[in-house]
Order: sequence, then C-alpha cells, then structure tokens
Amino acid sequence: MLDVLQAVFVAPFKDMAGSPAFLVEVLIGGLFAGLMYSLVALGFVLIFKASGVFNFAQGVMVLFAALTLVGLLERRVPVVLALAVTTVVMVALAFAIERLVLRPLVNQEHIILFMATIGLNFFLEGFGEMLWGANVKKLDIGIPDRSFIVRGVQINELELTAAVTAAVLVTLLALFFQKTRIGRALRAVADDHEAALSIGIPLKTIWVVVWSIAGVVAIVAGLMWGAKSGVQFSLSLIALKALPVLILGGFESVPGAIVGGLIIGIGEKLGEVYWGPLVGGAIENWFAYVLALAFLLVRPQGLFGEKIIERV
Amino acid sequence: MSRPGPSGPLLEVDGVSVRFGALIAVNQVSLRVARGEIVAIIGPNGAGKTTLLNAISGFYHPYQGRIAFAGKDRTHLSPPDVAALGIARTFQNVALFRGMSVLDNIMTGRLLKMRGSFLLEALYWGPAKRQELEHRAFVERIIDFLEIQAIRKTQAGRLPYGLQKRVELARALAAEPTLLLLDEPMAGMNVEEKEDMCRFILDVNQEFGTTIALIEHDMGVVMDISDRVVVLDYGRKIADGRPAEVRMDRAVLDAYLGVAHE
Repeated sequence: MLDVLQAVFVAPFKDMAGSPAFLVEVLIGGLFAGLMYSLVALGFVLIFKASGVFNFAQGVMVLFAALTLVGLLERRVPVVLALAVTTVVMVALAFAIERLVLRPLVNQEHIILFMATIGLNFFLEGFGEMLWGANVKKLDIGIPDRSFIVRGVQINELELTAAVTAAVLVTLLALFFQKTRIGRALRAVADDHEAALSIGIPLKTIWVVVWSIAGVVAIVAGLMWGAKSGVQFSLSLIALKALPVLILGGFESVPGAIVGGLIIGIGEKLGEVYWGPLVGGAIENWFAYVLALAFLLVRPQGLFGEKIIERV
Repeated sequence: MSRPGPSGPLLEVDGVSVRFGALIAVNQVSLRVARGEIVAIIGPNGAGKTTLLNAISGFYHPYQGRIAFAGKDRTHLSPPDVAALGIARTFQNVALFRGMSVLDNIMTGRLLKMRGSFLLEALYWGPAKRQELEHRAFVERIIDFLEIQAIRKTQAGRLPYGLQKRVELARALAAEPTLLLLDEPMAGMNVEEKEDMCRFILDVNQEFGTTIALIEHDMGVVMDISDRVVVLDYGRKIADGRPAEVRMDRAVLDAYLGVAHE
C-alpha cells in the first residue's frame, strides 16, 4: 500500500526535482500542445458565443485550411500569397455557410443547427480531399524544425514560433472582443438576438464576421499542427481534444478556452512523462477526458462559465 | 404638447395586417403618431398590440398595408434598418444583455452612432479613444437622467426586474431615437416603480422631444401620461382619441367589460 502511495505521490515529484531542465522541457512541450488546443477551442467558443451553434465542423475547418495551404504551396505559390489566398477561401467559406446553412435555419432549435454542422463536417472533409487529395502531406513554411539549447533546456524553433504566434493571435482576439464596437456587438448578439437586432446590430454580418474569425483561427491551428506532424485526416480529430478544453474552461468564455487548453496540454504531458510508466503509458490519450469528467461532476459550468442559477 | 417640426405625422400606419398562418393578429389597422406625441396602444390580451409594435419595428412584416416613418415608406425593412432610422424599442419580457454590465448594455445602444477602425479601437488609441470617451459621456448623462448611477457596474442579469426595465429604457435612449416604442414598460412593477417610470417617460418626451408609442395595461397610467389613446380588440382598431373621449367610448367599454352585444 505504502509502495503505491510512494510511487504515485512522491516518486514523480522527486524525478521532477532531480532534473529541472527536463521538467522545463516537458512543460514547454505541454504548453505548445495546450496552445494548439486553445486555438481550436477558441474557434468553437467564438461561434458558440455569437450564434449559439456548437460547430462540430471546427476540426474539419482546421484540416480544410491546412489542406488548402499545402495544396497551394505544392503548386509553388509563395508562402505569403498562399496564406492570403487561404484566408480569402476561409472568409468565402464563412459567407457561404451563413448564406446556405445558417440563414435558412434561423430560429431553429440548437440541435438542428448542430446537426447541420455535422453535415458541414462531412461535406468539408470530402470536398477538401476531392480538391487536394487524401494522402499525408508535408507542410513546409520555411521555419526549420530544429532545436537550440538554452541553459540545458532544449527548445524547438518551430514550437517556439507556433507558441508566439498563437499567443499574439489570442491577445488580439481578446482585445478585439473587449474593446471594439464589433466585439461589443458580438457579445450583445451572444446574449440576446432580438435585443441586438432592435438596437441595430445586423445578425447576418455578425455571423459572417464570427465564422470568418473562426476560419482564420483554423488556418493558424492548421498551420501549426500541420508543420509539426504533417497534414492528414487525423488533424480534424484534434477537435475532439477541444471538447474537454471547453468543458474545463466554459463554453462561452474566451479566457476559459485559453486557460483550459493550457491546463490540459501541460497536464497530459506531465501525466504521460511522470505518471505514465505506472500504468503502462498512454495517459496522454485519456487524461483530458477524465479531467473533463471530473469537472462536469464538480463544476459543470467550467472554470470561467457563468454559474447556472435556476430561479424557482 | 406637440412640437413644431417638419410637417406631417412622424409615423403612419396604413391598413396594416399581420397574419400567422390562418390567424390574423392585426387586421387593417391604421394610425398616425405626430411628432412629440405620447400615444398609448391599449386593448385586452391578444388584441394584437405587441404584434403591431413588432411590425413597426421590423420584426414582423405585414402582408397588407403600409408603414411610413417621417414620410418615407418602410414597410419591409429589417429590425437593424429600422433602428438605423431612429426607432428604438423595449420589450415586454425585458431583453437585456444579461452577461454584460449595465454600462456596457447602455453603450451597445450607441453602436449605430460609432464609426472608425477596429485596429485603433483595439489599441484604444487616437480617434477611437476620443470617440469612446464622447460616447461614454453621453451614456453617463442618460445614467444620471434615469438615476441608475449606483448600478452601472452591476451585471444586468443580476438586477431586480424593475431596474432591468429601467436599464432597457436607458439602452433605447442611448440611440437618441426619434421614436421610442415601449412594450409594457410598467408590467410587473410596484406602485412606486410605476410612478418613477411615468416620470421618466414624461421627462424623455419633454426634454429630448422624443415621440413615444407605448403599450400599457394600467389604465390609470395610460390616462395620465398619454396625449392620445388607440384601442385594439381582436386585431382591429376600435377607438382612437384623447384619453377622456376613449374612456367613455361604447366599443371600448364593451371590449373591456365584456358587455353583451345586442
């Protein structure tokens, strides 16, 4: 009994203290993964806040953005131009989704809109593969995947770039939401559609804006994941990891998506490295879901979600 | 009480009908609202008052008839376009942005008045900062006017009902509307809150010259504050006149008291 306690609660921390440089490396790895989860979760939160739609297709949007980017790069389009074209494609996609999916379904039940995004998911998956092919592709955007060492800590250049980019994007989005007119309008739409309409906020424009932003976030996420592990179908599965992030952070909270992503990223890396051997590894695969389950029991509204008070 | 201004009524509703499937909720209703007037729309439950208000503010579109504002036809505009013309409204069941502070709620009322670049706004710099401050100053005036200084940082969803209604009025006023539509501004209020609300409505009318159309059930209030009363019953207009006239009107008494028709 004592052995077990020792192995679970003492030994891992001894390991951490024994090699701080390695601990920092693990933390950085976790932070990188966490930022990527945050980015995908952010796409979900933006759309959920503004239109109450849980966008099942967010993961596939990441895949679609990455596929488009790789497809263009393979045709020898310069990186900057390829990025610009991909952005245009994602914005056009937002317009098309508003026109063809959201507008006809306005005022329908949430579950119906959710089903529509499942349809969108399959469509985009098929459409992307039809356009660009289904094989695994390498995404090379000119940032070398090599490492340098600072005080005994190995830092990967690509991961560092990705982390900084994600952090900048997240900060800009937070400022956008808190400070700008459109940001205030977005929050207003999230709270009450009718009231928003009555003070002159055009819902259609807001939806296009939100889906466009979600599309741009998808490009960045696709770019980072793609550069790290190649562009392939499994990219759309990281969307599944965004689900526990949302439960942790709260479905309607931008800071929640960020903090939730970081907690899960770091948590699963630490768990994998230090506690993994105890159970034969693969903690990384289920850690997020178990944590989310625990949160659902204790704090169902998430870390930053609005507390649900039912007046009787 | 009516003010001088460009000639002609501010709002003209001409033979407007709204239907939901087979139900005709508003049936060929015509009414005029002059500039500076306070007009009350009354009638028993289900008479079509809110439907009429929704048609005026663009939430429903009439299948027949015409609505003109300041002399221009605007029968088929969407709610945001109606708002852009200078028509603001409140809702029967308070529709505030519950997650936002009172101050932010009222600031959203200024959205149509704001211009400028997102980038500058995000950085809170230059013209964007000046603009934000100007609008803040205006909003503060409304806050003073409606005596809600104490709750300006409170989250709107946490306020008691009477105050929520007042904040909703503040948000509507922030848009500096020419025409203000109030859907039961005093529903569910106690006597004291009702008196406050009456005072605010009269003050808005007099100080800002805002034309007001309101739906209300409390007859005492209606008779006290309105220049003119329009009565609806089963979707039709059955009376239109000064409060004193309407009170004595046979059709109105029948509709309200359910006197048997011979």
